[in-house]
Amino acid sequence: MGNNKLLKNVAFYALVVVIVVFSVFPFYYAIVTSFSTGSALFEARFWPAWDWSNYETVMGARAFSRSIWNSIFIAATTVGFALFLSVTAAYALARVRFRGRGLLLMTILGVSMFPQIAVLAGLFELIRFMGLLNSPFALIISYTIFTLPFTVWVLTTFMRDLPVEIEEAAVVDGATPWIVITKVFLPLMWPALVTTGLLAFIGAWNEFLFALTFTQTETQRTTPVAIAMLSGASVQEIPWGPIMAASVIVTVPLVVLVLVFQRKIVAGLTAGGVKG
Amino acid sequence: MTSPTHSARDAGLSLQQQRQRAAFWFLAPMVVALFCVAAWPLLRTIWFSFTDTSMDNLYGGKWVGFDNYLRVQELPSGAWRFKGTLADPAWWNAVWNTVRFAFVSVILETFFGLMVALVLNAEFKGRGWVRAAILIPWAIPTIVSAKMWSWMLNDQYGIINVILLNLGLIEKKIAWTASLDTAMAAVLIVDIWKTTPFMALLCLAGLQMVPRDIYEAAKLDGIHPVRVFFKVTLPLIRPAVAVAVIFRMLDALRIFDLVYVLTPDSSATKTMSVISRQNLFEYNNFAYGAAQSTLLFAILAIFVSLYIWLGRVDLTGEAK
Repeated sequence: MGNNKLLKNVAFYALVVVIVVFSVFPFYYAIVTSFSTGSALFEARFWPAWDWSNYETVMGARAFSRSIWNSIFIAATTVGFALFLSVTAAYALARVRFRGRGLLLMTILGVSMFPQIAVLAGLFELIRFMGLLNSPFALIISYTIFTLPFTVWVLTTFMRDLPVEIEEAAVVDGATPWIVITKVFLPLMWPALVTTGLLAFIGAWNEFLFALTFTQTETQRTTPVAIAMLSGASVQEIPWGPIMAASVIVTVPLVVLVLVFQRKIVAGLTAGGVKG
Repeated sequence: MTSPTHSARDAGLSLQQQRQRAAFWFLAPMVVALFCVAAWPLLRTIWFSFTDTSMDNLYGGKWVGFDNYLRVQELPSGAWRFKGTLADPAWWNAVWNTVRFAFVSVILETFFGLMVALVLNAEFKGRGWVRAAILIPWAIPTIVSAKMWSWMLNDQYGIINVILLNLGLIEKKIAWTASLDTAMAAVLIVDIWKTTPFMALLCLAGLQMVPRDIYEAAKLDGIHPVRVFFKVTLPLIRPAVAVAVIFRMLDALRIFDLVYVLTPDSSATKTMSVISRQNLFEYNNFAYGAAQSTLLFAILAIFVSLYIWLGRVDLTGEAK
Protein backbone atom coordinates (compact mmCIF):
# COMPACT_ATOMS: atom_id res chain seq x y z
CA MET A 1 0.00 0.00 0.00
CA GLY A 2 2.77 2.44 0.98
CA ASN A 3 4.68 1.64 -2.17
CA ASN A 4 1.59 2.12 -4.26
CA LYS A 5 1.05 5.56 -2.77
CA LEU A 6 4.66 6.53 -3.40
CA LEU A 7 4.34 5.41 -7.01
CA LYS A 8 1.19 7.46 -7.43
CA ASN A 9 2.92 10.51 -6.00
CA VAL A 10 5.90 10.11 -8.30
CA ALA A 11 3.61 9.72 -11.32
CA PHE A 12 1.65 12.80 -10.30
CA TYR A 13 4.72 14.98 -9.90
CA ALA A 14 6.15 13.65 -13.16
CA LEU A 15 2.97 14.82 -14.89
CA VAL A 16 3.30 18.22 -13.21
CA VAL A 17 6.89 18.51 -14.44
CA VAL A 18 5.87 17.57 -18.00
CA ILE A 19 3.13 20.22 -17.97
CA VAL A 20 5.46 22.92 -16.68
CA VAL A 21 8.30 22.09 -19.08
CA PHE A 22 5.98 21.93 -22.08
CA SER A 23 4.44 25.30 -21.15
CA VAL A 24 7.60 27.20 -20.36
CA PHE A 25 10.32 25.70 -22.55
CA PRO A 26 9.41 27.32 -25.92
CA PHE A 27 9.50 30.82 -24.48
CA TYR A 28 12.66 30.04 -22.54
CA TYR A 29 14.25 28.77 -25.74
CA ALA A 30 13.23 31.98 -27.55
CA ILE A 31 15.06 33.94 -24.83
CA VAL A 32 18.15 31.73 -25.23
CA THR A 33 18.10 32.22 -29.00
CA SER A 34 17.65 35.98 -28.68
CA PHE A 35 21.03 36.13 -26.90
CA SER A 36 22.90 34.14 -29.56
CA THR A 37 24.55 35.45 -32.71
CA GLY A 38 26.64 34.03 -35.52
CA SER A 39 27.44 30.34 -35.35
CA ALA A 40 26.22 30.09 -31.72
CA LEU A 41 22.72 30.44 -33.16
CA PHE A 42 23.04 27.13 -34.97
CA GLU A 43 24.28 25.03 -32.07
CA ALA A 44 21.52 23.67 -29.88
CA ARG A 45 22.26 25.36 -26.55
CA PHE A 46 20.25 25.54 -23.38
CA TRP A 47 21.81 28.49 -21.56
CA PRO A 48 21.78 32.11 -22.76
CA ALA A 49 25.13 33.61 -23.81
CA TRP A 50 24.06 37.13 -22.76
CA ASP A 51 25.06 38.65 -26.08
CA TRP A 52 22.84 41.73 -26.44
CA SER A 53 23.62 42.50 -30.07
CA ASN A 54 20.31 41.13 -31.44
CA TYR A 55 18.48 43.53 -29.15
CA GLU A 56 20.65 46.39 -30.36
CA THR A 57 19.89 45.45 -33.97
CA VAL A 58 16.14 45.36 -33.38
CA MET A 59 15.85 48.47 -31.25
CA GLY A 60 18.25 50.30 -33.55
CA ALA A 61 15.91 49.70 -36.49
CA ARG A 62 13.70 52.74 -36.44
CA ALA A 63 10.71 50.96 -37.94
CA PHE A 64 10.52 48.47 -35.07
CA SER A 65 10.54 51.05 -32.28
CA ARG A 66 7.87 52.91 -34.27
CA SER A 67 5.82 49.69 -34.34
CA ILE A 68 5.98 49.40 -30.56
CA TRP A 69 4.61 52.93 -30.17
CA ASN A 70 1.94 52.23 -32.80
CA SER A 71 0.85 49.13 -30.92
CA ILE A 72 0.73 50.91 -27.56
CA PHE A 73 -1.23 53.87 -28.95
CA ILE A 74 -3.70 51.70 -30.88
CA ALA A 75 -4.33 49.20 -28.09
CA ALA A 76 -4.67 51.87 -25.40
CA THR A 77 -7.07 54.02 -27.45
CA THR A 78 -9.17 51.02 -28.45
CA VAL A 79 -9.49 49.89 -24.83
CA GLY A 80 -10.30 53.39 -23.55
CA PHE A 81 -13.02 53.79 -26.17
CA ALA A 82 -14.50 50.34 -25.49
CA LEU A 83 -14.54 50.82 -21.70
CA PHE A 84 -16.08 54.28 -22.03
CA LEU A 85 -18.99 52.93 -24.09
CA SER A 86 -19.42 49.73 -22.14
CA VAL A 87 -19.76 51.05 -18.57
CA THR A 88 -23.10 52.74 -19.25
CA ALA A 89 -24.22 49.96 -21.59
CA ALA A 90 -23.42 47.32 -18.99
CA TYR A 91 -25.44 49.22 -16.38
CA ALA A 92 -28.47 49.27 -18.68
CA LEU A 93 -28.09 45.57 -19.54
CA ALA A 94 -27.46 44.39 -16.00
CA ARG A 95 -29.69 46.57 -13.82
CA VAL A 96 -32.64 47.76 -15.90
CA ARG A 97 -35.45 45.47 -17.04
CA PHE A 98 -36.63 46.20 -20.55
CA ARG A 99 -38.08 44.29 -23.47
CA GLY A 100 -35.56 42.75 -25.84
CA ARG A 101 -32.75 42.63 -23.30
CA GLY A 102 -32.05 38.94 -23.84
CA LEU A 103 -32.04 39.42 -27.60
CA LEU A 104 -29.62 42.34 -27.34
CA LEU A 105 -27.29 40.29 -25.12
CA MET A 106 -27.34 37.43 -27.62
CA THR A 107 -26.59 39.85 -30.47
CA ILE A 108 -23.61 41.28 -28.60
CA LEU A 109 -22.34 37.78 -27.92
CA GLY A 110 -22.92 36.92 -31.57
CA VAL A 111 -20.78 39.86 -32.68
CA SER A 112 -17.95 38.70 -30.44
CA MET A 113 -18.03 35.37 -32.27
CA PHE A 114 -17.90 36.96 -35.74
CA PRO A 115 -15.27 35.55 -38.03
CA GLN A 116 -13.21 38.68 -38.69
CA ILE A 117 -12.72 37.70 -42.31
CA ALA A 118 -16.48 38.14 -42.88
CA VAL A 119 -16.30 41.88 -42.22
CA LEU A 120 -12.91 42.41 -43.84
CA ALA A 121 -14.15 43.41 -47.31
CA GLY A 122 -16.84 45.74 -45.91
CA LEU A 123 -14.46 47.31 -43.38
CA PHE A 124 -11.87 47.84 -46.10
CA GLU A 125 -14.44 49.79 -48.10
CA LEU A 126 -15.54 51.81 -45.03
CA ILE A 127 -11.97 52.65 -44.03
CA ARG A 128 -10.97 53.62 -47.53
CA PHE A 129 -14.11 55.75 -47.82
CA MET A 130 -13.12 57.61 -44.62
CA GLY A 131 -9.58 58.05 -45.95
CA LEU A 132 -8.12 56.19 -42.97
CA LEU A 133 -6.25 53.44 -44.81
CA ASN A 134 -2.72 53.03 -43.44
CA SER A 135 -3.48 55.13 -40.33
CA PRO A 136 -3.72 53.98 -36.69
CA PHE A 137 -7.39 54.96 -36.63
CA ALA A 138 -8.20 52.29 -39.19
CA LEU A 139 -7.13 49.72 -36.60
CA ILE A 140 -8.77 51.48 -33.65
CA ILE A 141 -12.08 51.39 -35.52
CA SER A 142 -11.77 47.79 -36.62
CA TYR A 143 -10.61 46.50 -33.22
CA THR A 144 -13.85 47.77 -31.72
CA ILE A 145 -15.55 44.75 -33.28
CA PHE A 146 -13.95 42.40 -30.77
CA THR A 147 -13.06 44.65 -27.80
CA LEU A 148 -16.47 46.29 -27.36
CA PRO A 149 -18.62 43.11 -27.16
CA PHE A 150 -16.08 41.59 -24.81
CA THR A 151 -15.98 44.54 -22.38
CA VAL A 152 -19.78 44.96 -22.44
CA TRP A 153 -20.25 41.27 -21.76
CA VAL A 154 -17.81 40.98 -18.86
CA LEU A 155 -18.91 44.22 -17.19
CA THR A 156 -22.56 43.15 -17.53
CA THR A 157 -21.90 39.85 -15.76
CA PHE A 158 -19.95 41.73 -13.09
CA MET A 159 -22.70 44.32 -12.48
CA ARG A 160 -25.43 41.70 -12.44
CA ASP A 161 -23.80 40.03 -9.45
CA LEU A 162 -23.72 43.20 -7.32
CA PRO A 163 -26.51 43.28 -4.66
CA VAL A 164 -29.64 45.39 -5.23
CA GLU A 165 -29.24 47.19 -1.90
CA ILE A 166 -26.28 49.29 -2.96
CA GLU A 167 -28.40 50.93 -5.63
CA GLU A 168 -31.61 51.17 -3.62
CA ALA A 169 -30.38 53.72 -1.10
CA ALA A 170 -29.24 56.06 -3.87
CA VAL A 171 -32.49 55.63 -5.84
CA VAL A 172 -34.57 56.37 -2.74
CA ASP A 173 -32.55 59.54 -2.31
CA GLY A 174 -33.63 60.47 -5.82
CA ALA A 175 -30.40 59.90 -7.70
CA THR A 176 -30.66 59.69 -11.49
CA PRO A 177 -29.26 56.62 -13.27
CA TRP A 178 -26.25 58.67 -14.36
CA ILE A 179 -25.49 59.61 -10.73
CA VAL A 180 -25.98 55.97 -9.71
CA ILE A 181 -23.40 54.84 -12.28
CA THR A 182 -20.77 57.46 -11.56
CA LYS A 183 -21.15 57.69 -7.78
CA VAL A 184 -22.23 54.17 -6.78
CA PHE A 185 -21.04 51.71 -9.39
CA LEU A 186 -17.81 53.19 -10.75
CA PRO A 187 -15.99 53.14 -7.39
CA LEU A 188 -16.94 49.46 -7.01
CA MET A 189 -15.97 48.60 -10.56
CA TRP A 190 -12.29 49.51 -10.63
CA PRO A 191 -11.04 45.94 -10.24
CA ALA A 192 -13.36 44.71 -13.01
CA LEU A 193 -12.39 47.63 -15.25
CA VAL A 194 -8.69 46.92 -14.81
CA THR A 195 -9.05 43.22 -15.62
CA THR A 196 -11.38 43.71 -18.57
CA GLY A 197 -9.22 46.52 -19.88
CA LEU A 198 -6.11 44.38 -19.60
CA LEU A 199 -7.69 41.45 -21.45
CA ALA A 200 -9.00 43.74 -24.18
CA PHE A 201 -5.57 45.37 -24.39
CA ILE A 202 -3.92 41.98 -24.92
CA GLY A 203 -6.46 41.19 -27.65
CA ALA A 204 -5.76 44.44 -29.47
CA TRP A 205 -2.00 44.15 -28.97
CA ASN A 206 -1.96 40.67 -30.55
CA GLU A 207 -4.35 41.25 -33.47
CA PHE A 208 -2.92 40.33 -36.87
CA LEU A 209 -5.48 40.06 -39.69
CA PHE A 210 -6.72 43.68 -39.65
CA ALA A 211 -3.24 45.03 -38.94
CA LEU A 212 -1.85 43.13 -41.91
CA THR A 213 -4.61 44.30 -44.25
CA PHE A 214 -5.01 47.95 -43.26
CA THR A 215 -1.36 49.00 -42.94
CA GLN A 216 0.78 49.47 -46.01
CA THR A 217 4.02 51.17 -44.97
CA GLU A 218 6.66 49.93 -42.56
CA THR A 219 6.24 52.84 -40.15
CA GLN A 220 2.51 52.19 -39.66
CA ARG A 221 2.85 48.52 -38.74
CA THR A 222 1.96 47.12 -35.35
CA THR A 223 4.39 44.76 -33.63
CA PRO A 224 2.81 41.45 -34.74
CA VAL A 225 2.99 42.52 -38.39
CA ALA A 226 6.50 43.89 -37.93
CA ILE A 227 7.67 40.57 -36.45
CA ALA A 228 5.97 38.54 -39.17
CA MET A 229 7.65 40.68 -41.83
CA LEU A 230 11.19 40.81 -40.35
CA SER A 231 13.39 39.45 -43.09
CA GLY A 232 17.09 39.15 -43.78
CA ALA A 233 19.29 40.09 -46.66
CA SER A 234 18.00 37.20 -48.75
CA VAL A 235 15.01 34.87 -48.70
CA GLN A 236 17.11 31.96 -47.46
CA GLU A 237 18.59 33.96 -44.63
CA ILE A 238 15.94 34.30 -41.94
CA PRO A 239 17.27 36.52 -39.12
CA TRP A 240 16.26 34.22 -36.25
CA GLY A 241 18.27 36.10 -33.63
CA PRO A 242 16.63 39.50 -34.18
CA ILE A 243 13.19 37.88 -34.65
CA MET A 244 13.50 36.19 -31.26
CA ALA A 245 14.78 39.42 -29.65
CA ALA A 246 11.78 41.32 -31.04
CA SER A 247 9.46 38.54 -29.85
CA VAL A 248 10.89 38.66 -26.35
CA ILE A 249 10.59 42.47 -26.25
CA VAL A 250 6.86 42.43 -27.10
CA THR A 251 6.09 39.40 -24.94
CA VAL A 252 7.87 40.09 -21.65
CA PRO A 253 5.57 42.99 -20.63
CA LEU A 254 2.51 40.82 -21.37
CA VAL A 255 3.84 37.85 -19.42
CA VAL A 256 4.68 40.09 -16.45
CA LEU A 257 1.23 41.73 -16.52
CA VAL A 258 -0.52 38.37 -16.80
CA LEU A 259 1.47 36.89 -13.92
CA VAL A 260 0.86 39.95 -11.71
CA PHE A 261 -2.86 39.97 -12.41
CA GLN A 262 -3.28 36.20 -12.77
CA ARG A 263 -6.04 35.75 -10.20
CA LYS A 264 -8.11 38.59 -11.64
CA ILE A 265 -7.52 37.41 -15.19
CA VAL A 266 -8.68 33.89 -14.45
CA ALA A 267 -11.81 35.33 -12.84
CA GLY A 268 -12.40 37.67 -15.80
CA LEU A 269 -11.91 34.93 -18.37
CA THR A 270 -14.28 32.54 -16.69
CA ALA A 271 -16.91 35.25 -16.14
CA GLY A 272 -16.74 36.29 -19.75
CA GLY A 273 -16.18 32.90 -21.24
CA VAL A 274 -14.92 34.94 -24.17
CA LYS A 275 -11.35 34.69 -25.27
CA GLY A 276 -9.52 37.99 -24.96
CA MET B 1 -29.94 73.02 -11.61
CA THR B 2 -32.84 71.58 -9.62
CA SER B 3 -32.39 68.35 -7.77
CA PRO B 4 -32.88 65.26 -9.93
CA THR B 5 -35.92 64.15 -7.86
CA HIS B 6 -37.93 67.20 -8.75
CA SER B 7 -37.04 67.32 -12.41
CA ALA B 8 -38.05 63.69 -12.81
CA ARG B 9 -41.33 64.09 -10.96
CA ASP B 10 -42.14 67.28 -12.81
CA ALA B 11 -41.83 65.47 -16.08
CA GLY B 12 -44.46 63.07 -14.75
CA LEU B 13 -42.30 59.98 -15.27
CA SER B 14 -42.45 56.98 -13.02
CA LEU B 15 -39.15 55.71 -11.69
CA GLN B 16 -39.30 52.67 -13.95
CA GLN B 17 -39.96 54.79 -17.06
CA GLN B 18 -37.14 57.11 -16.13
CA ARG B 19 -34.76 54.16 -15.80
CA GLN B 20 -35.84 52.69 -19.10
CA ARG B 21 -35.38 55.98 -20.87
CA ALA B 22 -31.90 56.33 -19.38
CA ALA B 23 -31.13 52.74 -20.39
CA PHE B 24 -31.99 53.60 -23.98
CA TRP B 25 -29.51 56.48 -24.09
CA PHE B 26 -26.89 54.41 -22.28
CA LEU B 27 -27.15 51.66 -24.88
CA ALA B 28 -27.46 53.81 -27.99
CA PRO B 29 -23.74 54.70 -28.47
CA MET B 30 -22.67 51.09 -28.08
CA VAL B 31 -25.32 49.81 -30.48
CA VAL B 32 -24.40 52.47 -33.07
CA ALA B 33 -20.70 51.62 -32.74
CA LEU B 34 -21.35 47.92 -33.19
CA PHE B 35 -23.60 48.58 -36.15
CA CYS B 36 -20.86 50.58 -37.88
CA VAL B 37 -18.02 48.10 -37.32
CA ALA B 38 -19.91 44.80 -37.50
CA ALA B 39 -23.37 44.82 -39.10
CA TRP B 40 -22.69 47.31 -41.90
CA PRO B 41 -19.37 45.80 -43.07
CA LEU B 42 -20.92 42.33 -42.94
CA LEU B 43 -23.83 43.46 -45.13
CA ARG B 44 -21.40 45.10 -47.55
CA THR B 45 -19.32 41.92 -47.76
CA ILE B 46 -22.43 39.90 -48.56
CA TRP B 47 -23.44 42.51 -51.17
CA PHE B 48 -19.98 42.41 -52.78
CA SER B 49 -20.27 38.63 -53.06
CA PHE B 50 -23.21 39.06 -55.47
CA THR B 51 -21.37 41.55 -57.70
CA ASP B 52 -18.29 41.62 -59.90
CA THR B 53 -16.57 44.32 -57.79
CA SER B 54 -12.79 44.56 -57.99
CA MET B 55 -10.38 46.18 -55.55
CA ASP B 56 -9.49 49.13 -57.78
CA ASN B 57 -13.13 49.77 -58.60
CA LEU B 58 -15.08 49.28 -55.36
CA TYR B 59 -18.14 51.19 -56.51
CA GLY B 60 -18.30 49.99 -60.10
CA GLY B 61 -19.46 46.43 -59.41
CA LYS B 62 -22.51 45.11 -61.22
CA TRP B 63 -25.00 42.62 -59.78
CA VAL B 64 -24.17 39.11 -61.00
CA GLY B 65 -26.42 37.00 -58.78
CA PHE B 66 -24.95 33.74 -57.61
CA ASP B 67 -22.18 33.66 -60.24
CA ASN B 68 -19.39 33.92 -57.65
CA TYR B 69 -20.84 30.94 -55.83
CA LEU B 70 -21.82 28.66 -58.70
CA ARG B 71 -22.55 29.09 -62.36
CA VAL B 72 -22.61 26.90 -65.43
CA GLN B 73 -20.32 27.88 -68.24
CA GLU B 74 -20.78 26.70 -71.78
CA LEU B 75 -17.49 26.07 -73.55
CA PRO B 76 -17.11 26.85 -77.28
CA SER B 77 -17.04 23.10 -77.90
CA GLY B 78 -20.54 22.89 -76.49
CA ALA B 79 -19.51 21.13 -73.27
CA TRP B 80 -20.75 22.36 -69.88
CA ARG B 81 -18.57 23.26 -66.96
CA PHE B 82 -19.29 24.39 -63.39
CA LYS B 83 -17.49 27.53 -62.21
CA GLY B 84 -17.52 29.54 -58.95
CA THR B 85 -16.41 28.89 -55.37
CA LEU B 86 -18.64 25.88 -54.85
CA ALA B 87 -17.02 24.16 -57.84
CA ASP B 88 -13.50 25.21 -56.86
CA PRO B 89 -11.29 22.37 -55.53
CA ALA B 90 -9.04 24.92 -53.78
CA TRP B 91 -12.04 26.12 -51.73
CA TRP B 92 -13.10 22.61 -50.77
CA ASN B 93 -9.51 21.82 -49.81
CA ALA B 94 -9.59 24.86 -47.50
CA VAL B 95 -12.94 23.79 -46.02
CA TRP B 96 -11.59 20.32 -45.34
CA ASN B 97 -8.37 21.70 -43.82
CA THR B 98 -10.34 24.03 -41.55
CA VAL B 99 -12.83 21.41 -40.38
CA ARG B 100 -10.10 18.84 -39.79
CA PHE B 101 -8.01 21.36 -37.89
CA ALA B 102 -10.97 22.56 -35.81
CA PHE B 103 -12.17 19.12 -34.74
CA VAL B 104 -8.77 17.62 -33.99
CA SER B 105 -7.48 20.69 -32.14
CA VAL B 106 -10.62 21.20 -30.03
CA ILE B 107 -10.88 17.51 -29.07
CA LEU B 108 -7.22 17.35 -28.05
CA GLU B 109 -7.36 20.71 -26.27
CA THR B 110 -10.42 19.64 -24.30
CA PHE B 111 -8.72 16.39 -23.33
CA PHE B 112 -5.44 18.02 -22.27
CA GLY B 113 -7.27 20.96 -20.73
CA LEU B 114 -9.30 18.63 -18.51
CA MET B 115 -6.17 16.75 -17.57
CA VAL B 116 -4.33 19.92 -16.57
CA ALA B 117 -7.42 21.18 -14.72
CA LEU B 118 -7.64 17.93 -12.73
CA VAL B 119 -3.98 18.29 -11.78
CA LEU B 120 -4.48 21.91 -10.73
CA ASN B 121 -7.59 21.00 -8.76
CA ALA B 122 -5.56 18.66 -6.54
CA GLU B 123 -3.85 20.11 -3.49
CA PHE B 124 -0.08 20.03 -3.81
CA LYS B 125 2.94 22.18 -3.04
CA GLY B 126 3.73 24.73 -5.74
CA ARG B 127 0.26 24.70 -7.30
CA GLY B 128 0.34 28.49 -7.69
CA TRP B 129 3.60 28.24 -9.63
CA VAL B 130 2.23 25.60 -11.98
CA ARG B 131 -0.83 27.72 -12.66
CA ALA B 132 1.40 30.70 -13.41
CA ALA B 133 3.51 28.54 -15.74
CA ILE B 134 0.58 27.35 -17.81
CA LEU B 135 -0.59 30.95 -18.25
CA ILE B 136 2.60 31.80 -20.16
CA PRO B 137 1.65 30.20 -23.52
CA TRP B 138 -1.70 31.94 -23.31
CA ALA B 139 -0.06 35.35 -22.74
CA ILE B 140 2.25 35.05 -25.76
CA PRO B 141 0.95 36.73 -28.94
CA THR B 142 -0.02 34.21 -31.64
CA ILE B 143 2.44 35.64 -34.14
CA VAL B 144 5.25 35.35 -31.61
CA SER B 145 4.34 31.74 -30.84
CA ALA B 146 4.21 30.98 -34.56
CA LYS B 147 7.72 32.42 -35.00
CA MET B 148 9.08 30.73 -31.87
CA TRP B 149 7.82 27.36 -32.99
CA SER B 150 8.86 27.77 -36.60
CA TRP B 151 12.38 28.31 -35.25
CA MET B 152 12.12 25.27 -32.96
CA LEU B 153 10.67 23.21 -35.81
CA ASN B 154 13.26 24.47 -38.33
CA ASP B 155 14.48 21.60 -40.51
CA GLN B 156 18.21 22.39 -40.31
CA TYR B 157 18.84 23.85 -36.87
CA GLY B 158 15.56 23.35 -35.01
CA ILE B 159 15.88 22.09 -31.46
CA ILE B 160 12.98 19.65 -31.89
CA ASN B 161 14.81 17.75 -34.62
CA VAL B 162 18.01 17.77 -32.55
CA ILE B 163 16.22 16.36 -29.49
CA LEU B 164 14.32 13.74 -31.48
CA LEU B 165 17.51 12.67 -33.31
CA ASN B 166 19.43 12.32 -30.05
CA LEU B 167 16.63 10.29 -28.52
CA GLY B 168 16.68 8.08 -31.61
CA LEU B 169 13.00 8.74 -32.33
CA ILE B 170 13.65 9.88 -35.90
CA GLU B 171 16.35 8.87 -38.35
CA LYS B 172 16.74 12.04 -40.34
CA LYS B 173 15.71 15.67 -39.88
CA ILE B 174 12.08 16.50 -40.69
CA ALA B 175 10.99 19.69 -42.47
CA TRP B 176 8.01 20.07 -40.15
CA THR B 177 6.46 23.24 -41.54
CA ALA B 178 7.46 22.87 -45.19
CA SER B 179 6.56 19.23 -45.83
CA LEU B 180 2.93 18.62 -46.83
CA ASP B 181 2.71 15.55 -44.58
CA THR B 182 3.69 17.31 -41.38
CA ALA B 183 2.50 20.92 -41.89
CA MET B 184 -0.91 20.25 -40.36
CA ALA B 185 0.68 18.44 -37.42
CA ALA B 186 2.93 21.46 -36.84
CA VAL B 187 -0.04 23.84 -36.81
CA LEU B 188 -1.90 21.52 -34.43
CA ILE B 189 1.06 21.27 -32.03
CA VAL B 190 1.41 25.04 -31.78
CA ASP B 191 -2.33 25.65 -31.42
CA ILE B 192 -2.66 23.00 -28.72
CA TRP B 193 0.32 24.44 -26.89
CA LYS B 194 -1.14 27.91 -27.02
CA THR B 195 -4.80 27.28 -26.16
CA THR B 196 -4.79 24.35 -23.76
CA PRO B 197 -4.26 26.83 -20.87
CA PHE B 198 -7.50 28.60 -21.78
CA MET B 199 -9.37 25.28 -21.77
CA ALA B 200 -7.70 24.23 -18.55
CA LEU B 201 -8.70 27.45 -16.76
CA LEU B 202 -12.34 27.18 -17.85
CA CYS B 203 -12.46 23.49 -16.85
CA LEU B 204 -10.81 24.34 -13.54
CA ALA B 205 -13.47 26.97 -12.83
CA GLY B 206 -16.08 24.26 -13.42
CA LEU B 207 -14.24 21.78 -11.21
CA GLN B 208 -14.03 24.22 -8.34
CA MET B 209 -17.82 24.50 -8.28
CA VAL B 210 -18.10 20.78 -7.48
CA PRO B 211 -18.56 20.48 -3.71
CA ARG B 212 -15.66 18.70 -1.99
CA ASP B 213 -17.95 16.55 0.22
CA ILE B 214 -19.02 14.59 -2.86
CA TYR B 215 -15.49 13.25 -3.19
CA GLU B 216 -15.32 12.54 0.54
CA ALA B 217 -18.58 10.59 0.42
CA ALA B 218 -17.45 8.62 -2.62
CA LYS B 219 -14.16 7.79 -0.92
CA LEU B 220 -15.95 6.54 2.19
CA ASP B 221 -18.17 4.35 0.04
CA GLY B 222 -15.05 2.95 -1.60
CA ILE B 223 -15.97 4.00 -5.14
CA HIS B 224 -13.07 4.03 -7.57
CA PRO B 225 -11.91 7.60 -8.43
CA VAL B 226 -12.19 6.93 -12.20
CA ARG B 227 -15.84 5.96 -11.72
CA VAL B 228 -16.42 9.08 -9.62
CA PHE B 229 -14.93 11.17 -12.40
CA PHE B 230 -17.22 9.78 -15.11
CA LYS B 231 -20.38 9.48 -13.00
CA VAL B 232 -20.17 12.61 -10.85
CA THR B 233 -17.53 15.13 -11.89
CA LEU B 234 -17.99 15.06 -15.64
CA PRO B 235 -21.80 15.54 -15.60
CA LEU B 236 -21.40 18.41 -13.12
CA ILE B 237 -18.81 20.30 -15.16
CA ARG B 238 -20.47 19.57 -18.52
CA PRO B 239 -22.10 23.05 -18.82
CA ALA B 240 -18.78 24.85 -18.21
CA VAL B 241 -16.99 22.60 -20.70
CA ALA B 242 -19.75 23.01 -23.30
CA VAL B 243 -19.35 26.80 -23.27
CA ALA B 244 -15.56 26.52 -23.47
CA VAL B 245 -15.81 24.08 -26.38
CA ILE B 246 -18.04 26.33 -28.45
CA PHE B 247 -15.77 29.34 -28.01
CA ARG B 248 -12.73 27.28 -28.95
CA MET B 249 -14.53 25.76 -31.91
CA LEU B 250 -15.47 29.18 -33.29
CA ASP B 251 -11.92 30.38 -32.84
CA ALA B 252 -10.56 27.30 -34.58
CA LEU B 253 -12.95 27.58 -37.54
CA ARG B 254 -11.84 31.14 -38.29
CA ILE B 255 -8.10 30.59 -37.67
CA PHE B 256 -5.88 32.84 -39.76
CA ASP B 257 -2.71 34.20 -38.15
CA LEU B 258 -1.03 30.99 -36.97
CA VAL B 259 -1.47 29.25 -40.33
CA TYR B 260 -0.45 32.34 -42.29
CA VAL B 261 2.85 32.74 -40.42
CA LEU B 262 3.80 29.15 -39.53
CA THR B 263 3.11 27.46 -42.87
CA PRO B 264 2.89 30.23 -45.49
CA ASP B 265 0.92 29.28 -48.57
CA SER B 266 0.94 25.53 -47.87
CA SER B 267 -1.95 23.68 -49.49
CA ALA B 268 -1.93 21.20 -46.61
CA THR B 269 -2.96 23.83 -44.07
CA LYS B 270 -4.58 26.69 -46.00
CA THR B 271 -7.84 27.47 -44.17
CA MET B 272 -11.04 29.21 -45.25
CA SER B 273 -9.91 32.53 -43.74
CA VAL B 274 -6.51 32.35 -45.45
CA ILE B 275 -7.90 31.54 -48.89
CA SER B 276 -10.58 34.25 -48.60
CA ARG B 277 -8.04 36.90 -47.73
CA GLN B 278 -5.76 35.81 -50.56
CA ASN B 279 -8.57 36.16 -53.06
CA LEU B 280 -9.69 39.49 -51.60
CA PHE B 281 -6.36 41.28 -51.40
CA GLU B 282 -3.63 39.28 -53.10
CA TYR B 283 -5.11 37.60 -56.19
CA ASN B 284 -7.30 40.54 -57.18
CA ASN B 285 -10.48 38.42 -56.94
CA PHE B 286 -12.29 40.78 -54.58
CA ALA B 287 -15.87 39.63 -55.17
CA TYR B 288 -14.83 35.99 -55.25
CA GLY B 289 -13.08 36.39 -51.87
CA ALA B 290 -16.19 38.15 -50.55
CA ALA B 291 -18.26 35.12 -51.56
CA GLN B 292 -15.86 32.83 -49.72
CA SER B 293 -15.94 34.93 -46.55
CA THR B 294 -19.75 35.01 -46.74
CA LEU B 295 -19.75 31.21 -46.93
CA LEU B 296 -17.46 31.02 -43.89
CA PHE B 297 -19.84 33.29 -41.99
CA ALA B 298 -22.82 31.14 -43.00
CA ILE B 299 -21.07 27.94 -41.93
CA LEU B 300 -20.22 29.41 -38.53
CA ALA B 301 -23.74 30.79 -38.02
CA ILE B 302 -25.32 27.41 -38.81
CA PHE B 303 -22.84 25.61 -36.60
CA VAL B 304 -23.45 27.89 -33.59
CA SER B 305 -27.23 27.74 -33.91
CA LEU B 306 -27.18 23.94 -34.11
CA TYR B 307 -24.82 23.66 -31.16
CA ILE B 308 -26.88 25.96 -28.94
CA TRP B 309 -30.13 24.37 -30.01
CA LEU B 310 -29.03 20.73 -29.75
CA GLY B 311 -26.88 21.16 -26.65
CA ARG B 312 -29.31 23.57 -24.91
CA VAL B 313 -26.28 25.63 -23.92
CA ASP B 314 -27.13 28.64 -21.82
CA LEU B 315 -24.71 31.32 -22.99
CA THR B 316 -26.29 34.44 -21.52
CA GLY B 317 -26.35 33.23 -17.93
CA GLU B 318 -29.82 34.78 -17.66
CA ALA B 319 -31.41 31.46 -16.70
CA LYS B 320 -29.81 31.32 -13.27
